[in-house]
Amino acid sequence: MKTLTRRTILKTTAAAGALPIIGSSALAADPLKVAFVYLGPIGDHGWTYAHEQGRQDIIKKFGDKVATTIVENVAEGPDSERVIRRLAEDGNQLIFTTSFGYMNPTLKVAKRFKDVKFEHATGYQRAGNMASYNARFYEGRAVCGTIAGHMSKTATAGYIASFPIPEVVMGINAFTLAARKVNPDFKTKVLWVSSWYDPAKEADAAKALIDQGSDVIAQHTDSPAALQTCEQRGLMAFGQAWDMSNFAPKAHLTAIVNRWGRYYEARIQQALDGKWESTDTWWGFKEGVLEMSPYNESIPADVQAAAEATRTGIIDGSVNPFTGPIKDNAGKERLASGVLGDGDLHKMDWYVEGVQS
Amino acid sequence: MTDSLLIPIIMTIVGAATPILLAALGELVVEKSGVLNLGLEGMMLIGAVTGFAVTATTGYAPLGVVAAMIAAAASAGLFGFLTLTLTANQVATGLALTIFGIGLSALAGENYVGQTVDVFGSVFPAALAEHPVLRVIFGYSPLVYVSLLLVAAVSWFLRKSRAGLILRAVGESDLSAHSIGYSVIGVRYMAVLFGGAMAGIAGCFYSLVLTPMWAEQLTAGRGWIALALVVFAGWRPMRLLLGAYLFGAVMTLELHAKAAGFSLVAPEFLAAMPYLATIAVLAIISARKAGKSLAPACLGKPFKPSS
Repeated sequence: MKTLTRRTILKTTAAAGALPIIGSSALAADPLKVAFVYLGPIGDHGWTYAHEQGRQDIIKKFGDKVATTIVENVAEGPDSERVIRRLAEDGNQLIFTTSFGYMNPTLKVAKRFKDVKFEHATGYQRAGNMASYNARFYEGRAVCGTIAGHMSKTATAGYIASFPIPEVVMGINAFTLAARKVNPDFKTKVLWVSSWYDPAKEADAAKALIDQGSDVIAQHTDSPAALQTCEQRGLMAFGQAWDMSNFAPKAHLTAIVNRWGRYYEARIQQALDGKWESTDTWWGFKEGVLEMSPYNESIPADVQAAAEATRTGIIDGSVNPFTGPIKDNAGKERLASGVLGDGDLHKMDWYVEGVQS
Repeated sequence: MTDSLLIPIIMTIVGAATPILLAALGELVVEKSGVLNLGLEGMMLIGAVTGFAVTATTGYAPLGVVAAMIAAAASAGLFGFLTLTLTANQVATGLALTIFGIGLSALAGENYVGQTVDVFGSVFPAALAEHPVLRVIFGYSPLVYVSLLLVAAVSWFLRKSRAGLILRAVGESDLSAHSIGYSVIGVRYMAVLFGGAMAGIAGCFYSLVLTPMWAEQLTAGRGWIALALVVFAGWRPMRLLLGAYLFGAVMTLELHAKAAGFSLVAPEFLAAMPYLATIAVLAIISARKAGKSLAPACLGKPFKPSS
């Protein structure tokens, strides 16, 4: 889930000033017209970049059976409604809106354009012609936690977090549960920086966490600044959203990579076949929307094997990151046995044992 | 608090304070000449991307810093042309410069996203710069020492030098300065270009020292904080130095406090601060007629010599 409040003032003015660039590729014989609304520029190498890679995947796969349009730098909120409506008026048949804050505008436009199909990322609202989709990022967090549990000498991870929404909280919890499975004394120190993107602050947060005893850093913020800090200090960290290893060749253990193309391919195929339906999709490793970037060669073979075992276990269903018994960090039992359901995850507002915040 | 924690904390504070100090010092001189340039953030970004691009291409960081100064000063020159020569509204033009800087730096930096350069580290021998205790004095980027020298230089310039007196005269009473034969527009151009060059160094402090990389909006709003700091410092360089380090200390200690499990300041307050401070600047400027204010009397007023 991206952002409710992301530097909105500047973004809004920037988006209003520089009218979004609308470009569409050449027409073939009745191609399916597909549009994407992006929060940032495709060059952000983060959230939007990952969606753009997904669009490239569908162009590769479907060739001239699809004609795609993108609009970059669309501010969340009312401004996006104008952009989405315009795309619908232009005859796009399938429109992906790729940020949480586009949810209500997408719904409004979807009600007016009944024969256009809409797909909204990371939200919870749906309609007959509006589907929602998200990825189970927490599965990747569990793999990171497994590695951190083995690799940390101080048994303490620092976790740079953005905003306390369920998406972020479940990531912290999945990471900590996996690490404590390896080392029951493992602790995660969480530091909220109240921003999705503030490189200097992320770097300073990493320094603070390291100075207080963390030797491995995980993050739910978008810049590689913390990785650079860990590289300079000779410590370890995990990349976010894509492979960040070129920023920190030694420190970068692995990263969770978002492969939206798997989902886009499936949905476009359904639209082409006339089988598209409004659904709520939450895919993970199994369906291929999440991948781990190559493990750093500094990770010993047995640790790599443990990480892979977590990943493959999640895929075949033998491992669930949220398996009971789970205690929260106040000592109360939250789950005696079994696993937490999706509904519980979507509402998660408590930390597991071992999280310090 | 142990020594092992104290020294890294001090070093983090210096790192957080220095770019804000550099940018604010430039803006202080600009405002002392009677011009309000709200485009700091944009100029810093132009400096950040230029510094990074030149360093990544040539592999030589000092050249990157010089290029950053030139590029940011050029954007300040554009601001000067619009507001001084064409007497456009300074507030609106400054905001436009910020938006322009964000866009231009994103465009120019597109090919540099994902690249990395070596940190522009200490110039002192490793025995000093990496010594566990002495690094607290010797372990910084040369730009840190430059920033301290510049504070002293600007302070001396404004208080003791003749040129500084003229600059203040232009800022306090443009018509009087004009009537005794000083070029108000000329002085203001110089001040604006200086402010741009300083913002350029501040910008590349991010892209070369703190987080050696380029990404869009790398400075993440620090320009607004620098702008606020000038007001809080009452347009005095030494207070600015104090203010910048105080601010760096609050930011850094806040992170340490949170990492240790408690909070000093509400994060929402810190997030809102730059904007509150911008409002404070504008309020002080518009209230200046009501009473005595520390602000230069001509701040934000376009100068049109009567013909």
